[in-house]
Amino acid sequence: MNARGEIDYGTPGVPKGTQSVGAGSLCVPGTPLCRQVTVKLEIDGLAVSVPAGTSLLRAAAEAGVMVPKLCATDSLKAFGSCRLCLVEIEGRKGYPASCTTPAEAGMKVRTQSPKLAELRRNVMELYISDHPLDCLTCSANGNCELQTMAGVVGLREVRYGAGEASLGENHFTDVVRDESNPYFSFDPGKCIVCNRCVRACEEQQGTFALTISGRGFDSRVTAGQDESFMDSECVSCGACVNACPTATLMEKTIIDKGQAEHSVTTTCAYCGVGCGFRAEMQGTEVVRMVPWKDGRANEGHACVKGRFAWGYATHPDRITKPMIRAKIGDPWREVPWDDALAYAASEFRRIQARHGRNAVGAIVSSRCTNEEDYLVQKLVRTAFGNNNVDTCARVCHSPTGYGLKQTLGESAGTQTFKSVEQADVIVVIGANPSDGHPVFASRLKRRVREGAQLVVIDPREIDLVSSPHIKAAHHLKLKPGTNVAVLSAMAHVIVTEGRVDSAFVAERCEARAFAEWREFVARPANSPEALEAASGVPAADVRAAARLYAGAGNAAIYYGLGVTEHSQGSTAVIAIANLAMATGNVGREGVGVNPLRGQNNVQGSCDMGSFPHELPGYRHVSDTLTREMFERDWGVEIQPEPGLRIPNMLDAALDGSFLGLYCQGEDPAQSDPNTHHVVAALSAMECVVVQDLFLNETAKYAHVFLPGASFLEKDGTFTNAERRISRVRGVMPPLAGMADWEVTMALANALGYAMHYEHPSRIMDEIARLTPTFAGVSYDKLERAGSLQWPCNEAAPEGTPTMHVDEFVRGKGRFLITQYVPTDEKVTRRFPLLLTTGRVLSQYNVGAQTRRTANTDFYGADLLEIHPHDAEERGIRDGDRVGIESRAGSTTLPATITERVQPGVVYTTFHFPESGANVITTDNSDWATNCPEYKVTAVQVSRLSGA
Amino acid sequence: MNPDTLIRMANQIGTFFEAMPDREQAVKDVASHLRRTWDPRMRTQLLSTLGGAGEAKLKPLVRDAVIALRQADSA
Ligand code: SF4
Ligand code: SF4
Ligand code: SF4
Ligand code: FES
Repeated sequence: MNARGEIDYGTPGVPKGTQSVGAGSLCVPGTPLCRQVTVKLEIDGLAVSVPAGTSLLRAAAEAGVMVPKLCATDSLKAFGSCRLCLVEIEGRKGYPASCTTPAEAGMKVRTQSPKLAELRRNVMELYISDHPLDCLTCSANGNCELQTMAGVVGLREVRYGAGEASLGENHFTDVVRDESNPYFSFDPGKCIVCNRCVRACEEQQGTFALTISGRGFDSRVTAGQDESFMDSECVSCGACVNACPTATLMEKTIIDKGQAEHSVTTTCAYCGVGCGFRAEMQGTEVVRMVPWKDGRANEGHACVKGRFAWGYATHPDRITKPMIRAKIGDPWREVPWDDALAYAASEFRRIQARHGRNAVGAIVSSRCTNEEDYLVQKLVRTAFGNNNVDTCARVCHSPTGYGLKQTLGESAGTQTFKSVEQADVIVVIGANPSDGHPVFASRLKRRVREGAQLVVIDPREIDLVSSPHIKAAHHLKLKPGTNVAVLSAMAHVIVTEGRVDSAFVAERCEARAFAEWREFVARPANSPEALEAASGVPAADVRAAARLYAGAGNAAIYYGLGVTEHSQGSTAVIAIANLAMATGNVGREGVGVNPLRGQNNVQGSCDMGSFPHELPGYRHVSDTLTREMFERDWGVEIQPEPGLRIPNMLDAALDGSFLGLYCQGEDPAQSDPNTHHVVAALSAMECVVVQDLFLNETAKYAHVFLPGASFLEKDGTFTNAERRISRVRGVMPPLAGMADWEVTMALANALGYAMHYEHPSRIMDEIARLTPTFAGVSYDKLERAGSLQWPCNEAAPEGTPTMHVDEFVRGKGRFLITQYVPTDEKVTRRFPLLLTTGRVLSQYNVGAQTRRTANTDFYGADLLEIHPHDAEERGIRDGDRVGIESRAGSTTLPATITERVQPGVVYTTFHFPESGANVITTDNSDWATNCPEYKVTAVQVSRLSGA
Repeated sequence: MNPDTLIRMANQIGTFFEAMPDREQAVKDVASHLRRTWDPRMRTQLLSTLGGAGEAKLKPLVRDAVIALRQADSA
């Protein structure tokens, strides 16, 4: 069902620049041979011009002529089954379906005639003859395409009942509804077998969970092998529900509450894909979240989290009153906002008076908006007067910031998500997009189905290695902690086999650094053969993958936390950038270095100066000119020295030199490694202020609790992994009376530093004023453009989809030597297995939100994956509860036996606090950024007695 | 802060730059990394390992970088 008020053009638009003008030549966008060819035709007497390849149905719709249709929708390729969209074309016989007929130059098309009207009425009559006529009480009432089409074609009578059923009944009426999915229901009695759901699952989502079984009159939609939706391979993305023109597939919230009366465009607050949504509302109540067709990050698609798991926003666990307590053992006391803020401010000031101004700091949330993040770092640098501000990017993508800045010159990914549509070879390393970045995974899988080759580098057999119609050309199943070995070995192959793009390197990169790097990677010690023992990857596979990558027209690398969360995280990011530069795979569509960011606004929080050494726009605090600019604007002196990072804050707390923390929307007690250490550090602090939706694990050690606001309760912007700045729009008032930016502002004022913004747009104005890469960003422009990719300034007023086009941001690209160094976290007799961690589709990070939704129906507990061989050695059976012990601590989990993991490696998720995954992770961290080494922990696993 | 933690972190930085062919530049790079990313209290503590028991635990490259930092500080 389309979102309220959106126009459905019937078939997808033809992407710009996809028409080849040279016969038989390849269409490479941006080249002279690849231009848009426009055709001119006439529809109902109107002169229309559209890109060649556009369907008549769409051409008409773009001209405002809506041809009736049922099996077509603009998110899917035309199918041509319902025969409702028939038209007449002058000089042609018959009545072709406009959805499957491309517009041609000079055509004269008629969409209305007595004959067409009769044909359409006949079609509708057949449909309706087998459809229950309970429109008044149907959940789709008011937003049903079947009903609308019946009206449009003027259906006035239905002369017969179909099959054995009589009029007003469907012959599947006695087939029970499938209510198994917590979010949508499937009522076969309303199905018109238009196939839209099946195609949505295939084309948009790429899961292939649905089929039409049976023939003719007995055709029906089936999930899996005639299973319930819940038992099938369905991943609850909701694409089929969106595509369904009837009430057959329907959101349960709509069944419960009815259709929305208005909608507001906003951005998902879960992952770094940053999908655009239309929040469909009844007053201030959300009734449904529909993926936004014009959202450029998602183009009308979504995953189970953004689409359905938003109920946490009104969960009874929400804390809506500020609370304080003198000691962490005391009970909480609810107090008015002013009292809580005054108490927090006085505590921070007391600590600073006693222990110096550097004894306090803040953690900025990568879940909050850019404007909120900006304000927290501003508060630290002005009201606190130091640089002790860090963000949870520290524990995920800080190596990306460092590695890409050093090599390419900017701490961000190089492409748009859409760029994957031009890639010929796609390398996915240390990322599991089908779970972590599902909507991007759908785009990637579509490209692979079109013929692009896929290389997966991961210790575990992630879904992408082999899923319906997807088979990776190579899966380099490396040992955890050996990314740098494999990447250097790939570089060795490229250099020693003469596969370097010498022209690109000569023109675009520093010659000396390249020569040093080439000499280094060419050493025999970096050959795939020499590194095979360390990485566990057969040399021949590394060679083949390197050849594939270097030999592609367009090759793109996508990576995630499996690259960054290592002691050599930054080195691996550098190694990736080296590969891309050496093969000339930077600076155009279809290529690039693409970090898949974990959280919705991790890019933004980094951009906003949330690091202790950088002001907004990644400018170092020691840079006098930058500092002076901020000092003039903010009216304070800014310290020129870097402040403490999160792990340093914790160490300093135990040391007695850091005693006050303002923690916005973060939960280090659950999310940071070595929980014992984190808890000891938090307990040693004198004032911990937690601002959050829920009483999280960290709040157990807090003295002040400030209620947070969900993304539905505030205005602002998020910046996704493509550097895309998108608007977040409040649809309901903040439950606790204040949005997060207002709370930070009030805290700054309580601390004696005056902050006054009437609206987040004013904060963005200040950001734009002070940050060259944001100079052209404003809410007005975002309103017009929908979203903008930074840099957005005078040089690029509409933003920058692809970076480093003619030259690198730093001028010449810089190769850096990446020596593989094994992690200190070694397996021993006592700890013989390596534990690595990841996420599942339905849960999100520490789970504070998704655990408070029906997503727990899909995944209700963390599990430990263990290889059958390792399980057997330990006498572990599937489902047994097992103990896991590392050098840092121990915990227990239920085991699941699977060959997804290799022998010697175990794997778990970290969504449930009771699992204590981070009790066992250690303090090891990336050399450059202190990003924790979550991905490698030496452990022993044993069956618990009595299990 | 625990001096061993700081020494370990500094040595990790040293390990990355050790691979660079130009040692003089590598010393500068380690020193610059420490100056640009470490909070002053951490640097001061690291500097205080010089002349003490901790000094021997520093990789030679890191030791030279720390000495360079000290010289720059006193200049
Ligand atoms: S919800 Fe998504 S995965 Fe499930 S059947 Fe529908 S389209 Fe397929
Ligand atoms: S369930 Fe909906 S989309 Fe699927 S075939 Fe039936 S009517 Fe069409
Ligand atoms: S892919 Fe990410 S941004 Fe998109 S709906 Fe899912 S969680 Fe939200
Ligand atoms: S809409 Fe064209 S055949 Fe169904």
